[in-house]
Formats: sequence, C-alpha cells, structure tokens
Amino acid sequence: MKDFVIPDRDFGTPAAKSKTMVTLTIDGFDITVPEGTSIMRAAAEIGISVPKLCATDSLDAFGSCRLCLVEIEGRNGTPASCTTPVAPGIKVHTQNSKLKQLRRGVMELYISDHPLDCLTCSANGDCELQDMAGAVGLRDVRYEAVDTHFKAKNTSGEANPQWMPKDDSNPYFTYDPAKCIVCSRCVRACEEVQGTFALTIEGRGFDSRVSFGAKTDTALTSDCVSCGACVQACPTATLQEKSIIDIGTPERSVITTCAYCGVGCSFKAEMRGDELVRMTPYKHGKANRGHSCVKGRFAYGYASHKDRILSPMIRDKITDPWQEVSWDEAMEFTANRMKGLIEKHGRQSVGVITSSRCTNEEAYLVQKLTRAVFMNNNTDTCARVCHSPTGYGLGQTFGTSAGTQDFDSVEETDVVILIGANPTDGHPVFASRLKKRLRAGAKLIVIDPRRIDLVDNSAHIRAAHHLALTPGTNVAVVTAIAHTIVTEGLFDEEFIRTRCDWDEFQDYAEFVSDARHSPEATQLLTGVKADELRAAARLYAKGGNGAIYYGLGVTEHSQGSTTVIGIANLAMLTGNIGRPGVGVNPLRGQNNVQGSCDMGSFPHELPGYRHVKNDSVREVFESIWGVKIDNEPGLRIPNMLDAAVEGTFKGLYCQGEDILQSDPDTKHVAAGLAAMECVIVHDLFLNETANYAHVFFPGSSFLEKDGTFTNAERRINRVRKVMAPKQGYADWEVTQLFAQAMGADWHYTHPSQIMDEIAMLTPSFAGVSYEKLETMGSIQWPCNESAPEGTPLMHIDGFVRGKGKFIRTEYVATDEKTGPRFPLLLTTGRILSQYNVGAQTRRTENVVWHEEDLLEIHPHDAELRGVRDGQYVKLASRSGETSLKAKITDRVSPGVVYTTFHHPTTQANVITTDFSDWATNCPEYKVTAVQVSPSNGPTEWQEDYAEQAAQSRRILAAE
Amino acid sequence: MSADPHEKLIYMANQISKFFESKPHAEGVAGIAAHINDFWEPRMRRHLFEVVDAGGTGLRPLVMEAAQTIRRPAPEHA
Ligand code: SF4
Ligand code: SF4
Ligand code: SF4
Ligand code: FES
Repeated sequence: MKDFVIPDRDFGTPAAKSKTMVTLTIDGFDITVPEGTSIMRAAAEIGISVPKLCATDSLDAFGSCRLCLVEIEGRNGTPASCTTPVAPGIKVHTQNSKLKQLRRGVMELYISDHPLDCLTCSANGDCELQDMAGAVGLRDVRYEAVDTHFKAKNTSGEANPQWMPKDDSNPYFTYDPAKCIVCSRCVRACEEVQGTFALTIEGRGFDSRVSFGAKTDTALTSDCVSCGACVQACPTATLQEKSIIDIGTPERSVITTCAYCGVGCSFKAEMRGDELVRMTPYKHGKANRGHSCVKGRFAYGYASHKDRILSPMIRDKITDPWQEVSWDEAMEFTANRMKGLIEKHGRQSVGVITSSRCTNEEAYLVQKLTRAVFMNNNTDTCARVCHSPTGYGLGQTFGTSAGTQDFDSVEETDVVILIGANPTDGHPVFASRLKKRLRAGAKLIVIDPRRIDLVDNSAHIRAAHHLALTPGTNVAVVTAIAHTIVTEGLFDEEFIRTRCDWDEFQDYAEFVSDARHSPEATQLLTGVKADELRAAARLYAKGGNGAIYYGLGVTEHSQGSTTVIGIANLAMLTGNIGRPGVGVNPLRGQNNVQGSCDMGSFPHELPGYRHVKNDSVREVFESIWGVKIDNEPGLRIPNMLDAAVEGTFKGLYCQGEDILQSDPDTKHVAAGLAAMECVIVHDLFLNETANYAHVFFPGSSFLEKDGTFTNAERRINRVRKVMAPKQGYADWEVTQLFAQAMGADWHYTHPSQIMDEIAMLTPSFAGVSYEKLETMGSIQWPCNESAPEGTPLMHIDGFVRGKGKFIRTEYVATDEKTGPRFPLLLTTGRILSQYNVGAQTRRTENVVWHEEDLLEIHPHDAELRGVRDGQYVKLASRSGETSLKAKITDRVSPGVVYTTFHHPTTQANVITTDFSDWATNCPEYKVTAVQVSPSNGPTEWQEDYAEQAAQSRRILAAE
Repeated sequence: MSADPHEKLIYMANQISKFFESKPHAEGVAGIAAHINDFWEPRMRRHLFEVVDAGGTGLRPLVMEAAQTIRRPAPEHA
C-alpha cells in the first residue's frame, strides 16, 4: 500500500501551455516559466505560497478576494498575483510590511462576517480560510459587524433576513450559507470543470449569495448533477461532504481507480484507519484530470451495505434455502460437483464468465481456469453484451480492438460525431471534457434516436446537427455519410493512398457511390433528412480534426459490427486517424470492459486477441501453463445458454456478472440457468442470477484488493487495496482456491505476479509491470520494447494490421420489425446516477435521483393510447411483458419509446428479444418492437418473479 | 425464437451470409466459412452440418457453398 499523506500542492492557477519561456525574479529567486503563467503559480513553482482564497489551480483565476497581492518593482499599486501574468525581467515581492497590512485588512473583513466556531466546524483542519488567517498573522478582529450572514437573529432577537438555513437536500453534501465567503470557486467549478452551470452568484456586493438556480431550488431540485466539483473547490465548510461531517477528516490517502464506468477516473481514497472517509478525484489522474461524477465520488456505500454477503453458501437444489459454510467446505462441494459434471458430460460441459467489473488479473485467472483446468475454451464476458462488435469491427479494419486516442485528444478536436452514446449520463467525466471543448467552439453532430442532453439541453451547448434516426438504421446512415463524402469528393486521397489499400478503397467507393446509398434514397427508411445528413457529412469531412465517439447505441444491434466497420471507414476516408484530436473512440460501459477483452475472456482468443487456432500462440501458453490448450473456439454466453437448454452444458462459474438481469430475453436465460446442475455465482450481493445458483462465493469490493483496470483509452490504472476484504479473500484469491480445489497447482501470492505472467505471454503487455505502474502512474497499451512508455495514440504511422482495410457495409434491416401488434420501437439506455444493472448504485443514496425505471413516450403516442404521465403502463413485446410508469416527453420521436434497465423489478429484458449481432452475437438491445397500454400495476411475470426471487434468497442460519 | 437449435443456427448462419453477400462471390464464400470456423464452437457446427447434410433446408445458398470449407467437428465424445 502506498500512502500519500501530503495533500496535492495547489499552484493557484492552471499551468500555461506556451512553449515560450519567461524569466523573472520573485523574492530574489530567479525562475523561468512558460509565458502566460501567473505570478502566483511561478512563485508556487519555487515553493513560495502567496496567500489566496479565490484561486485554485483547477480553475481560471478570477481575482476577487484581493488576498494574493504582490508588489512589482517599477509598477504602481499591488496587483493580484493570480490574475497578473509573468513578464520578462520583472522583480516581484510577495511579502513586505505594506502587503502584510493589506492582507490582514482583507482577512479581518472576511472574519468579521464569519462564525468563529472553528473547533466544532466540520472543516476544522481542512479549511483555507482558517489557514489564511494563520498565514497572514491575523490576531484580532477590531470591529464587530452589525450586519452579518451568519447570525440567525440580531442582538435584539429579530430574525436576520440575511441568514439562510443549511441546505442538506443533497444526500452527499451540505450547503451552509452562513459560512460562505463568496469566492465563487464553486460557481466556476460547476461551469468550467463540470459544465453544468447549476450555480450562480445572486445579488451584488454585501447581498451576493451562491444560489442553486431559482430561489425555490434546493441542491437536490436544481440542475445539479452532484459531481462534487464545487464541494472540492470550496475553501470553507460551506459546501461539505456529509461523510466528513459524520466522521471527521482523513489521515491518509491511497491512489486508486473508480470501479464504475469505462472512463476510469483516478481517485484518492481518503482514509481514517480502515474507514473510507471520502473519495477525491486525483489531480494527476490522466483520464479525469481531477474531476469525477456522482458515482465514483459518492456512491461507494454499497461496499459496506447490509445486503453484502460475507460467507460462502451452498445448496443442493435451487429450490433449497442457502446454507452458510466455510470457505473450505464451499470449495470442496463446488469442486466435487464440477469434477462430477466433467466426468459425466465431458470437459466441454462447463465454462466460465469473466467480469468487466473485476480486475485484469482476476479476469485473466478466470479464463485460465477454464482453459488450463477445465480444459476447454468456454469463457465469455459481459463485454459480449456490449462491445464485442467493437472488437470485431476495429479488428477487421484497423487490426486491433481498441479506441485510437486518449481522452486528452478531445482538447484538439474540431468536429465531434457522437453516435449512439449519451456521455452526460453514461460517461460523465468524458462529457465534461467534451463540453469544455464544445464551449470553446468545436462542433457537435449527434446521431441518436433520442434527443439526448447534449443536443440542446446542456448550458451553452447546441449540436450543429442532430440526426434523429429510426432505431436500427445506423448502417444506412453511416453508409449515406460515406456516400456523401465519396461522391462529393470530400475524401482525403493522400491519406488513403499512403495508409490504406487503394484497391479496397476503390471497391468500397464504388459500393457506397451507388445511388441507393444516397441520403435522398435512404431518408424514408432512416427518418433523417437528406440535406441535414449531407451537411453533417461535409462538416465532419472538412471541419478540421474530426473525431468519432460511439457507444452501445452502435454495438447493440443485429448489425452492430457492420456499423463499427462503417465508422472505421469514415475515419479512414477523411484521414481522421493517427494524430491528436481525431480517431475512433468506443465509450466503454463498465470499468474494465477493455481489460476483460484484452485478457482473453472471449472463447476464440487467448490474451492479447490471438486466436486459439494458431499453434504458435497456443504453444507459448502451453509451455508456461504446462497443459494442452483446445484449438477449437468455445461457447459464447448465448451459445452456453442454448447448449444448457439442449442438455450439453451443465456447469458455470460466473464472476461479478448478473446475466439474468443484464442479458436479453430473461426467460431464455432463466431456462438455461435452470437447466444447469452447478451454477457458481461470485459476487458482492445475491444478484438475480444467484436465484439459479448452487454455490455463492462472496466477492470483494474494489477497495479491498490490488489489481489493475484498463479504461476506454487502453489505460492500465492501478487499483489499490485500502482495507482488508470483508469476507476474507480478494476475488483473485477465491478463483485460485477454486482452481486448487480442482487440482491446479497455482500459487500466486500477489496480483503483481499475475501481471508478470500476462506480460510474459502477451506482446502488447510485454513492458507492463507493477513497478512501472508505480513510477508512471498509468500506462496505455501497447507497451513493449518499441513503446516502453506505452501508446497514447494508435496507428500514427501505419495501422496495426499494415494497410487500413475498407469493407463494404450493406444495410440489412433487422428482423425485429414493427407491425400491427407491436407498432412501437423500444430502445434502452442508462442514466447518470445508476450503473448497469444497478446492483451497486441501488444500494447507495443515488436512488434519490432514480427510484425506478420509467418508460419515455412521445405525447402523441401517449394520447393515442390513453396513457397519462406517471401512470403504470404495460410494455409488451413478442418475448414477454412487464409494467412500469410512463413519462411523457418529446425527447423521443413519435413511434419510439425508451427506458433504462437499472432495476430488477422492471425486468426490461423480459421484453428484449434474442436477436443479436451477426458477427458476435452481441444482443440487439436497442431495437425491440413493442406495444404500450395503460395498466394497473405489475404483471403476473413480475409477481411470480418476485415470489421466486424471495424464495431462492432464503438463507439458513449457520449451525 | 424457437428453442429448436437448428432453427436458431440457420438464422445465425443466414445473418452472417447477408453480410458477406455484398462482397465478390469467392470472397463472400471464404468469408462465411472463415467466420464460422473461427467463432462457432464444435457443437454449433455439428448442428449446422446436420442441417447441411439433410439438404440444407432454410440455409441461404452462399452458406451451402461455404459449407464445403467449414471444418467438420470431430465426432461427439465424452
Ligand atoms: S455538484 Fe457538480 S453539478 Fe452540482 S453544483 Fe456542484 S459542481 Fe455543479
Ligand atoms: S460556497 Fe464555498 S466556494 Fe462557493 S462561494 Fe461560498 S465559500 Fe466560495
Ligand atoms: S463512474 Fe466513470 S466518470 Fe464517474 S467517477 Fe467513475 S470512472 Fe469517472
Ligand atoms: S487569490 Fe488572487 S484575488 Fe483571490
């Protein structure tokens, strides 16, 4: 464990980016800094901290507190050092009797309107106002203010109109106006860092106050998305984490990585003993640069939730109650069952599912378990249901299955195409960085059936084009964009000639030029107006650096892989590959989707995306693992379920994954699970899948283990253990115990040894080690001899596969079609405060923002059906039906309805069908034909299901 | 979809076929075979051949052509 006790230094203002250097003198010391640096920052570089209140290095300088005054020889007055840039040769003094006196005066004014209850204040020891009073040597306040903001009553006992009560409506932080010094750091953090503009300064002079929008707004009812940037920026106890109020200040901190989404934000886990006091985004984290969202910063309470299971459990039949047992007993029971199944039904009758939430090391061990101990390739991962088409599509066209850029790249982008992704909800920290760039003038093209917030509902942001396509027509739209680029001659011939295969390009050009791919020909089908599509295509092709970001709205279709190929084609056509500001960037759902794919979780490939059919690849693994590896591809999740129903697949070890809730066509999944004879669920909670399990291994949270996660930019980040596993073992240890019980000779004592094995066996990880991660902070793979420091940008001089490959993208309509019985198209998504199937976030205070899943429906469709806002409706498809409450909104187009899938009672996947991507079997979540009708409450299936779930969750008390 | 394994595999094979049908003929045939060889577990290919050997009812012609070069899985064993 590595401790960083010293708080990160605050340099007062952001670093300047200029290459021109300027030399000056501060307090007699020479210092050379980039042009544009503030005097405050220059002083900080040589260790001189000029007193300050309104400045902090995550925000642009504002110059309002007047505490940071300095004198410059030969200049008049006492300029503020935070807003005054350096100049060559100037001589600056930060401390003399005049400055001292001025500063004391400033502090006196602040303190006269501030309560002096420091000893019992929650920010005691962590307050910049307190620090500054000390720094300027304030010893007494010479006058008592008549009007204050902090006294509830004046001396004659009348209510003070300036006093405002504490707002503790937000579950995670409080706003106590009595302690506010109106430095506006919070307001600026909300604007500059988060991009939400929820806070304003109301009034002027003495009357000015921080406000959450309108007068009646509380923190909770305002636009605030609870990212916490303002809380972090606030120098006083005005905006304060409730956890600090409850516990007190932390005494040490450990750098680790958020376990929620694919942005992979770095955090300082701030601890007191083994109690987590708060999570603060880490300034030097390269994915997030000191920012975070509500989930990573605040929603960690699930790790100590009472629902967490801390003892292994077994049962003979899934109708029995659970029986708590020791780890030894659990291992013996499980190994015997699995061995029995293998003996009776063959080694192909069992398999594993690795988790995109667990660490790389854990995913690696789980796939090794099936390949080297069960002796088959039946391994799959939840990435199957989200980004497997990315792997296929980018692998075919570019030669590697990963995004091409780092997140910093967005700072140099001029035109962004966003397809089937809703980053303000799904990837909030990336969204903040994107919004910052958009406010600075970059253009945005949104391709999505729904009017997501970035289209027109975010402060100071308007999409240049919104192509609101009919769900399921992505390929037609992307191909029509290519048609426009090719037929209007907007392609980058130079790039294509040097970097791609020219013959393949010509074949592709001929294909897309066909009139049937023109925007005019496809507009009836796609619902996108031809002129709008042409304008968007021109903007992307000719608007400067063009970058494409896409999400599950691209992949979760029967043509998901084709769309990914189409996207890669667009980037190659326009030469938008291989430099900062461009590229093709999948936004990954879960924290370690990238990593679990890298680690060989797919049934056809070993770690590093190498097919099991290749003898040379298998030989490398065989020599280290000491076993013979099967050369046939194994079963994917849907195939496992089919085989189970058919009777040839009997046993499954499922780590950190809830396939019953997250996979489509719940009834089919349930039938598959019910047909198995040994289902092992390894998770924090008794999840939905566990209703069909015979063995439950309790899991450990990300706070309780060492390891690494790999985010959407291929960045390998360290996860560090900050407390001991509550149930005794880190997840990798549990897998090892299981493997040992199955007879394997595994003896890892630390995840770093697992990483060493990965590095030894996987060329793109050859240079990765915990030591290097310790010194570099994080590494973007490939990291090997030719790129010892990793690879922020891919395909710079050539594609991984050599020449970029253009591939034809024929549109094939999905067979999931609307008709008289099911006239509406359902599409699904996620929201900010919840995460995936919600197992974690539902067990935190985040539920205040999302108590239940709602069905969004257009007013026109609602009226036709007599559906009222907030009323229960029945949602039916040919797979099944469920019920949930309706929300009437024109964010969805007529004919389209939308819901999230965060709550198990909704069972949105009872509705989704088992259609899937042609290449990867990634399920078609994003298109289901449905009907909606008013209803009075839960459907029979929901009630039966709740009953069965309650039955199967019974736990017998241990004897 | 029905629980009949054949029906589902026919559907999947045809879906793959539709992607490759836009390619030059030989490339398309090779593409389907390679795809199924690379991604279909032997059990799935075995079911596919049951359909092929029974005359291929329901399979698109390109799949039937590709079947010549799809690897026949080893016979079932325990
Ligand atoms: S928590 Fe975030 S969104 Fe809310 S006011 Fe603070 S900075 Fe703005
Ligand atoms: S709430 Fe905090 S950051 Fe905002 S103005 Fe008041 S003291 Fe400054
Ligand atoms: S959920 Fe994603 S964006 Fe939010 S803090 Fe975690 S990694 Fe960052
Ligand atoms: S810190 Fe410079 S004016 Fe406030």
